[in-house]
Amino acid sequence: MTPLDKVEGRAIPFGLKNVDTDVIIPAHWLKTTTREGMGRGAFEAIRKDPDNLFDRAEYQRAPILIAGDNFGCGSSREHAAWALGDLGIRVVIAPSYSDIFSGNAVKNGILPVVLPQAAIDRLMAVAATDPVFVDLEHQTVTTQFQDRFTFEIDPFRKMCLLEGLDEISLTEKSDAGIGAYEKKLDADRPWMRPATV
Amino acid sequence: MTRPRTLYEKIWDAHVVEQRPDGTCLIFIDRHLVHEVTSPQAFAGLRATGRTVRRPDLTLAVPDHNVPTTARRDASGNRLPIADAESAAQLAALEKNAPEFGIRYIDAVAPEQGIVHVVGPEQGFSLPGTTIVCGDSHTACHGGIGALAFGIGTSEVEHVLATQTLLLQPAKTMEVRVEGKVGPGVSAKDIILHITGVIGAAGGTGHVIEYTGSAIRALSVEGRLTVSNMAIEGGARAGLIAPDETTFAYLKGRPYAPKGADWDAAVEYWRSLATDPGATYDKTVVIDAADIAPSVTWGTSPEDVVPITGVVPAPDSFADPSKQAAAAKSLAYMGLEPGTRMQDVAIENIFIGSCTNSRIEDLRAAAAVIKGRHKADNVKWAIVVPGSGLVKRQAEAEGLDRIFTDAGLEWREPGCSACLAMNPDKVPAGERCASTSNRNFVGRQGPGARTHLVSPAMAAAAAVTGKLTDVRELMA
Repeated sequence: MTPLDKVEGRAIPFGLKNVDTDVIIPAHWLKTTTREGMGRGAFEAIRKDPDNLFDRAEYQRAPILIAGDNFGCGSSREHAAWALGDLGIRVVIAPSYSDIFSGNAVKNGILPVVLPQAAIDRLMAVAATDPVFVDLEHQTVTTQFQDRFTFEIDPFRKMCLLEGLDEISLTEKSDAGIGAYEKKLDADRPWMRPATV
Repeated sequence: MTRPRTLYEKIWDAHVVEQRPDGTCLIFIDRHLVHEVTSPQAFAGLRATGRTVRRPDLTLAVPDHNVPTTARRDASGNRLPIADAESAAQLAALEKNAPEFGIRYIDAVAPEQGIVHVVGPEQGFSLPGTTIVCGDSHTACHGGIGALAFGIGTSEVEHVLATQTLLLQPAKTMEVRVEGKVGPGVSAKDIILHITGVIGAAGGTGHVIEYTGSAIRALSVEGRLTVSNMAIEGGARAGLIAPDETTFAYLKGRPYAPKGADWDAAVEYWRSLATDPGATYDKTVVIDAADIAPSVTWGTSPEDVVPITGVVPAPDSFADPSKQAAAAKSLAYMGLEPGTRMQDVAIENIFIGSCTNSRIEDLRAAAAVIKGRHKADNVKWAIVVPGSGLVKRQAEAEGLDRIFTDAGLEWREPGCSACLAMNPDKVPAGERCASTSNRNFVGRQGPGARTHLVSPAMAAAAAVTGKLTDVRELMA
């Protein structure tokens, strides 16, 4: 995973509420066995409109997406995070996210920034013409117009993003603990194993 | 004396392997369900890093999302090839990955094959008090038997395959209490649609919802699975219903459920899981069952719910400006005018199926409405897709298949089908579908498709009249 600290550039002022992962990447793009190339299917229905935001010259490879409440709701498909990543997006800024999407985003080096609606409204206005700056280490979103918004992030997620950590390697360090848990479970509740058919 | 705990807290506490200083916990996963769509990249990851599956005995794989629902064998019993090359490749990948990593596998033509969330409880693989994950958000379904079950992304699928654990933050708790008795024609689906309308699509975000109250207790296990299935449509990653005698009676004797003395020990443990008197939730919503009517969605979010006796709302009837904008967009997509009576909305397609509503009880409810009637002429496409091969067999033994086919509906092979339009079962652009599935998102049932979420009985009523219909008018 590519580490993430400072991101600056154009931000796509998308802003819609309750954007589900079927909208981010429709199911027919899920018939693949790889993670690559998902950007082609990103926001497919919206991009059928020739005047859509995503295909405007000024937002090509924009690293930031500004969205509305409950972004990434619905299906758990990680393809949504892969699709955003393939478009070049490293940061999403929204008032809230679905729990599954925000987890998937972090695991793919995408930072889900939570800011209140008033801050989103302001950033949407700035993004129409100017870049936005995101600093994960200091947990700030700023603009060249003296705007400065701070955001909260779970410390574990922050560390994973800053260091580009592979969670599986991290968990493997707990191998002995997992083994001890399994042994105790087998002793205390042996019936928890699926019965032999 | 220990602090009173909720059902969620008891299951969580019993699964903590390690707690990190920042509060993140390493949680043991008791059951991992795997399907063909969200697993190939996870298996590829294991292969690339030389890792193995830590607990193949706790893992069960079954294809469901992508499999066609048309005949899988020809007249002489030979397996038919899948026409779509990408779908065929995805199924072939699971068929290869499962034995290579030593995972038990139900193949596409096995009698037990079906939608992973129907198969888990049906096989007794899903049990109360367990943690269950699957690369599918409707894993919340298994909360209906009292399991802490939630959907995960593909990176987490790989993490569970490799370590049998997940790194998680504890969720907040939310109680949705439904008290009283529902009226005639009101099913579990109407209860959860109503709840989603009340709490909103993000109402449960960050929470695990426990459904309580006399109306929930009165539901069968099938009905409880329907309710918990759609916890995710209210934003909650998991739903829960306390296991009780109804749950135990459902599970007893199922293939992977405990047997003999193990069964007795299990039931004793399961009884101890119910939320303690005095335990508190972070949030509680109370609903009067008498307020719930047969329900239907009008928009493109599952929170867009009205009673069938209602009308399409005007965008400016919502207080929140962003909801006003979303409603206007939804109505344009749905081709609906504010003030239109829901019962005047004509329907061209009917889908009875999905992990929400494809169990035997759902098919019985639909068949009871259809029996002796025929689908309306304006209904062009109407399919019934049982949730598993065993549900299909049971329905056929009861003659339900004949009731459907005599009425002009198609009787299909099990799978996810038109719920998410991955396989060939799609609703054409601009057409409406009365669907027993869980999501009315833009393009969910096919590009441009317009979905109205309803119960199985309501879908059957729409099939008969060719428009959204109050099923109570068709009940004797």
